[in-house]
Amino acid sequence: MNRVIARKVVPTYHQIFKLSRKQFCSDEAAKSSAAAASSQFNQESDANLSLTGNVQPYDIAIVGGGMVGMALACSLATTPLTKHLRVAIIDSSPALANKPCIKREDPPDPRVSTVTPATISFFKDTGAWQYVQQHRHAYFDKMQVWDYTSLGYTKYDARDVDKEVLGCVVENKVLHSSLLSRIEDTDFQKTIYHSRLTSMSLHPSSSSIVVDSTAPTEASYARGRLAKLELSDGNSLYAKLVVGSDGGKSQVRELAGFKTTGWKYSQNAVICTVEHSVENYCAWQRFLPAGPIALLPIGDKFSNIVWTMNPEESSDFKSVKEDDFVKAVNHALDYGYGPHPKSSLQGSAGMFSWLRGNVTILANESFEIPPKVVKLASERMAFPLSLMHANEYASKRVVLIGDAAHTVHPLAGQGVNLGFGDAFALSRIIAEGIAVGMDIGEVSLLKKYEAERKLANMTMMAILDGFQKAYSIDFGPLNILRAAAFHGAHFISPLKRSIISYASGEQRLPLFY
Amino acid sequence: MIANLIFKNKPQTTTSSLKQHELAKFAAISDTWWDSEGPFKPLHVMNPTRIAFIRSTLCRHFSKDPNCARPFEGLKIVDVGCGGGILSEPLARMGAAVTGVDAVEKNINVARLHADLDPETSTIEYCCTTAEKLVEEQRKFDAVIALEVIEHVAAPAEFCKSLAALAYPGGATVLSTINRSMKAYATAIVAAEYLLHWLPKGTHQWSSFLTPEELVLILQRASINVKEMAGFVYSPLTGRWSLSDDISVNFIAFGTKDGQ
Repeated sequence: MNRVIARKVVPTYHQIFKLSRKQFCSDEAAKSSAAAASSQFNQESDANLSLTGNVQPYDIAIVGGGMVGMALACSLATTPLTKHLRVAIIDSSPALANKPCIKREDPPDPRVSTVTPATISFFKDTGAWQYVQQHRHAYFDKMQVWDYTSLGYTKYDARDVDKEVLGCVVENKVLHSSLLSRIEDTDFQKTIYHSRLTSMSLHPSSSSIVVDSTAPTEASYARGRLAKLELSDGNSLYAKLVVGSDGGKSQVRELAGFKTTGWKYSQNAVICTVEHSVENYCAWQRFLPAGPIALLPIGDKFSNIVWTMNPEESSDFKSVKEDDFVKAVNHALDYGYGPHPKSSLQGSAGMFSWLRGNVTILANESFEIPPKVVKLASERMAFPLSLMHANEYASKRVVLIGDAAHTVHPLAGQGVNLGFGDAFALSRIIAEGIAVGMDIGEVSLLKKYEAERKLANMTMMAILDGFQKAYSIDFGPLNILRAAAFHGAHFISPLKRSIISYASGEQRLPLFY
Repeated sequence: MIANLIFKNKPQTTTSSLKQHELAKFAAISDTWWDSEGPFKPLHVMNPTRIAFIRSTLCRHFSKDPNCARPFEGLKIVDVGCGGGILSEPLARMGAAVTGVDAVEKNINVARLHADLDPETSTIEYCCTTAEKLVEEQRKFDAVIALEVIEHVAAPAEFCKSLAALAYPGGATVLSTINRSMKAYATAIVAAEYLLHWLPKGTHQWSSFLTPEELVLILQRASINVKEMAGFVYSPLTGRWSLSDDISVNFIAFGTKDGQ
């Protein structure tokens, strides 16, 4: 329970009121001290009401206007049942303050996302994909995954799942500005607050349900059931629903009192953009002793590197000379740490023939070496990896989406896709609620979203965490098991199909395919 | 939802005794109307399904766009037996000018307090009165809705006549209730009241339930033609209700009043 000082700047009276009160985040606390708090609380609301004159509550306050928050706004803006909603977006980042300006000739930003076909179709539904297509993006229809022990490799092809592409790699700033551009096309009533959230009260109702007869009628709902947000610039606002899309260190999550479960991996990811001499059309991932290295095409002969390693190594790789880094990358994607996997046919003839049945290996399924990296095209960034999951995503008037609800191992680039999945699911459930006249902050509605997304997110988290664990241990028998799993996935096509389906966001539960 | 008394031209004080116990039953739990985990939980859970039916039938009847947020804009709707307002509020958010009536004063107070907390619902007109009184006052509405009420009234036929009298010619009427079937006895009374404790014991009297045929007939006599009917089925797996053609337990009927 944090103590806050609420400062109200009052333009008409040129006075500053300083009112202090306790911030309550739980019902019990609010009830037990209701009597003590109510008089101050009412006073403050009245001051706010009569002096700023701006009491019209918002339907939704989105805290955090990053990719996932803007995806929610974009989806709301383009859905007939929700386009009328009044939305406040609270974000202090400059990305929202200035008109997006992305030059084609700029080298690609190292912050990229691999969006799955499911995410692409969400973007198409909202009309934002056309803006992505105006900028640099790279579809890939093949993916090769192998490991350093040379025992296993597998290749995924979009045609295996009757798809044209497995995914598309897009810079985050392109995704963000495309969503923003699409919102600008509509007459969506959004207000952007370039500020930070400082406090949030979700349940002021228990102390203020007794309506003061002298107060204007608007005051009763303002003091009543709505969530009240206070911002660092002194503004405050009311909303029927507060959406926390403010990332892994979510303030909304903390203020709402949602607990989390998670752990840190003793791993860092180094990311950067690199250039080839030829264009890359395939996504590559190789498991090395300390973690996987991924090479993702981003178009125009550029690729993105996500290299997972232990923290000491990462600081070395971040600071070594450019030439040495390029050499290390090429080494890691070729003969480094172990030989190439043997040709599948011969290599597995003995050990895995029973798995293979009558499947013939196509020529295009043979092992390939990724295109060589010729130079570094961006700065190198390193960040620690962790897994975190909020025990709850929703309570009355507050809901979490994206990294605020869950952060995953970036193994398959799934984090942002889960976040987009959250945003579009929440938008759809809000529309369903509006269709039947529900209060959109109602907990029964928000719990529907939670039930739907928790299942999808936890399944993916378990798979990625399992993968991470399986590859964190360099132990002979385990390596063989791992290789067997690879071969299994490679040869048993329904299983392989469901793994790709899941990685491409099509399937809910690969385990019950 | 709440007892709606039929007075049959007699003064209130003498006749209300007939179903007075129904009133007392609901007055006792009226504070908990908006507790979605409280005694009215089954209604909260069922509410979206009932409203989905009302939305689609009324949109079709009044040629309203079902894809907009406020399709009932311009319609006057009366919610007879409104209880704490759990149907009136959604109807108001969907754009209707809503009048909610209930014979239990405590319910009306709860409903009014709750509706005042949201500007979209603070326009609802709540009155502690009965359908019959509204008829006497010559009030007319585009749509008359009485959900889970008719099984609590003393004289269903008279009640339906009052509902009909409240609708404009060509207006709509929606009623929902519980079938007088063995399955309804097993699920709505034995299971819901005694085994699962979803509803307080004694909420429903099986003998006062109406079958769909009986309801259609008494509505017909009140010059309301039932055009559509649907059942609600509960899935224990998902804990949700959905519309179906199985009208053996809970069902809802949409009818239109004769006239131009």
